[in-house]
Amino acid sequence: MRSRYDEELGQLHVELTKMGSLCEEAIEISSQLLFEDNIEKRQTVQALEDEIDHQERVIENHCMRLILLEQPVASDLKRVSAALKMISDLERIGDQALDIAQLPPFARFSMQTHIDDMAAMCQEMLRTTIRAFVGNELKLAQEAVKMDDIVDDLFMQVKDAAAKIIAEQPALAEDVLNLLMAAKYFERIGDHTVNISECVIRSLNH
Amino acid sequence: MNSLYNKKVRYRDEVLKALIYLSSLLVFALVLMMIVFILVKALPYLNLAFFTTAKSTLKGTDGILSNMINTIYVIVVTLLIACPIGIGGAIYLSEYAKNQKFVEIISFALEVLSGIPSIIYGLFGMIFFGEKLGLGYSILNGSLTLSLMILPILTRNAQLALSNVPQSYREAARGIGAQKWYMIRTVLLPSAIPGILTGIILAMGRIVAESAVLIFTAGAGYFMPSSILGHILKSGGTLTVRLYFEMNNANYSAAFMIALLLVVVVLGMNALAKWIARRFDVNGG
Amino acid sequence: MDSKIQVNQVNLYYGSKHALKNVSMEIPSHQITAFIGPSGCGKSTFLKIFNRMQDYVDNVKISGDIILDGENIYDPRVDPTILRKKVGMVFQQPNPFPMSIYDNVAYGPRVHGIKNKVKLDAIVRESLEQAALYEEVKDRLYSSALGLSGGQQQRLCIARCLAVKPEVILLDEPTSALDPISTSKIEELLMTLKEHYTIIIVTHNMQQAARISDKTAFFLLGEMIEYNDTMEIFANPKDKRTEDYITGRFG
Repeated sequence: MRSRYDEELGQLHVELTKMGSLCEEAIEISSQLLFEDNIEKRQTVQALEDEIDHQERVIENHCMRLILLEQPVASDLKRVSAALKMISDLERIGDQALDIAQLPPFARFSMQTHIDDMAAMCQEMLRTTIRAFVGNELKLAQEAVKMDDIVDDLFMQVKDAAAKIIAEQPALAEDVLNLLMAAKYFERIGDHTVNISECVIRSLNH
Repeated sequence: MNSLYNKKVRYRDEVLKALIYLSSLLVFALVLMMIVFILVKALPYLNLAFFTTAKSTLKGTDGILSNMINTIYVIVVTLLIACPIGIGGAIYLSEYAKNQKFVEIISFALEVLSGIPSIIYGLFGMIFFGEKLGLGYSILNGSLTLSLMILPILTRNAQLALSNVPQSYREAARGIGAQKWYMIRTVLLPSAIPGILTGIILAMGRIVAESAVLIFTAGAGYFMPSSILGHILKSGGTLTVRLYFEMNNANYSAAFMIALLLVVVVLGMNALAKWIARRFDVNGG
Repeated sequence: MDSKIQVNQVNLYYGSKHALKNVSMEIPSHQITAFIGPSGCGKSTFLKIFNRMQDYVDNVKISGDIILDGENIYDPRVDPTILRKKVGMVFQQPNPFPMSIYDNVAYGPRVHGIKNKVKLDAIVRESLEQAALYEEVKDRLYSSALGLSGGQQQRLCIARCLAVKPEVILLDEPTSALDPISTSKIEELLMTLKEHYTIIIVTHNMQQAARISDKTAFFLLGEMIEYNDTMEIFANPKDKRTEDYITGRFG
């Protein structure tokens, strides 16, 4: 019964997974751009962000159609409404990635590993939370929320280190501030991902 | 190529169609012929006195007025006796009877009743109503006998009419709290009236058509009624009975005039039945 | 919540078939309660108990109590005629009598003894107004009811039911034979009626139940599976069978 609805739901999952992957890719490339000046990569991130916006509209329309034509109730309704909320956070993540890509690259500091870690963590959080939604897995969503603690922690470390460097080597101030901003963007990305996870958790809770 | 423009003349269909037309024309022609024949034979002798006077050796008249009156008496009294029994029985069978077997037995009995040759009714009526109950040759006797004959027609039609009333009316009436008899009286019977009336008219047709039965039960009397109610205990020959006697006495002029009158009456009743059916169908549901 | 009817452990047998199994619930007064469930689940059967229409079915056995305003409707002292005055019913197929509109609405009051023409006129008008039909038929009260459209006929049946001033109105899939506009007119009507009456509606249409009812009961194979506020049933069903039914995964 209701196989068409289940098919449509499957299609929605595919689209959300795609949007998530686009975000992951954008995060990856923009984190690289912090340390190398590559016009092509910069254009790629721009293109990715456009596509993320486009995906948001695609998924929104799809959800509207589902609501209109299928009148979902109970958990079906929760999933569709969760999907609608998720895409706005994903779109913001795309924006943050673009902001990161537009920062001027700077020399390698000791905190580069922190940045790399933050980028990697964000990507994994994204992947995990979308898998949690698609697979109805509450535990995964809860794990994703916990991962944000690590991101926040890394951010605090970057902040402290940045303050020290500015105090000791004022000439590097501008670069350090850019680094700090990048870290802040990643921290925001982490927060958006947490929003998504909480959304998923609410849609699964009975 | 399978073109559409290939209309075949199907000979067998055409021949059959022609035969069917022919047979219906034949039927129509025969009926028309009979009516015209009667009309032609009766026309030269038609006079008002025939229809407005009764046969009386005293007055020297030879009319059929008394027979017409007797016919009306027989129809009315028979219906008065048979309708309550027939319609009441139908209501019972349709709405009250719980035992399906019982209903089947009664229906079977009615079927049998309608198949018995009418002359047997004459015999039964003559001996049972006439001698045993002491009614002799009288309109009442004839009516009682005829009641038995038309009971199946009345009951069957009334039953059919009631069963054609949609079950939803009964449910609606019950839902409002109507008691059974109230529901029957206010909803079912009014809906069933067209069917019941059809039954009554068919029955009337049967009554008018009878001759043999009435000769042995209602007799052949041709006197005008001396009292309205008392007349039903007197012998009263109907139009058909009178026709029989005129034929016996080779008075063909009189015979054909009575025949013409009866044909007109029958045509009239059929027209009435049709009119009623049409009128109630338009209104009803 | 004021409870109008209490149902205790009701069981119904058609011959040997156990059609209703141990149903217990409370019907709140001045609210719309909906019974939903797949075909054959017993919801219509259950509805017909409330005005003892099951009395007319052969071979039916009913056990349990149905208490309306403190009185058991199956008590031997109960007069079914009076019960049906208090508990009215509207059926799935509109079934006006083959009489005039006026006579249809006046039928009920006449059954219960009202003969005065002035009184009847007032009752007919009031009932037709309550059923949102008066304006449409006021100029042809004496014409046949069968000339009305399906939606109008159904509203006439509602008016006919209202004419005896019931307290509870039972509706068995009242709009399933009607077009969407008539359906929505009747749904609107029911929402206004609940101010004065207690309404129980059986419906196949879940969106309808969600739209108009305050409480919903889900039936399956003769059992009442779940009964709760409508919002709860449709947003957070507790039983998996309820969820499967309302999301269309079976049924």
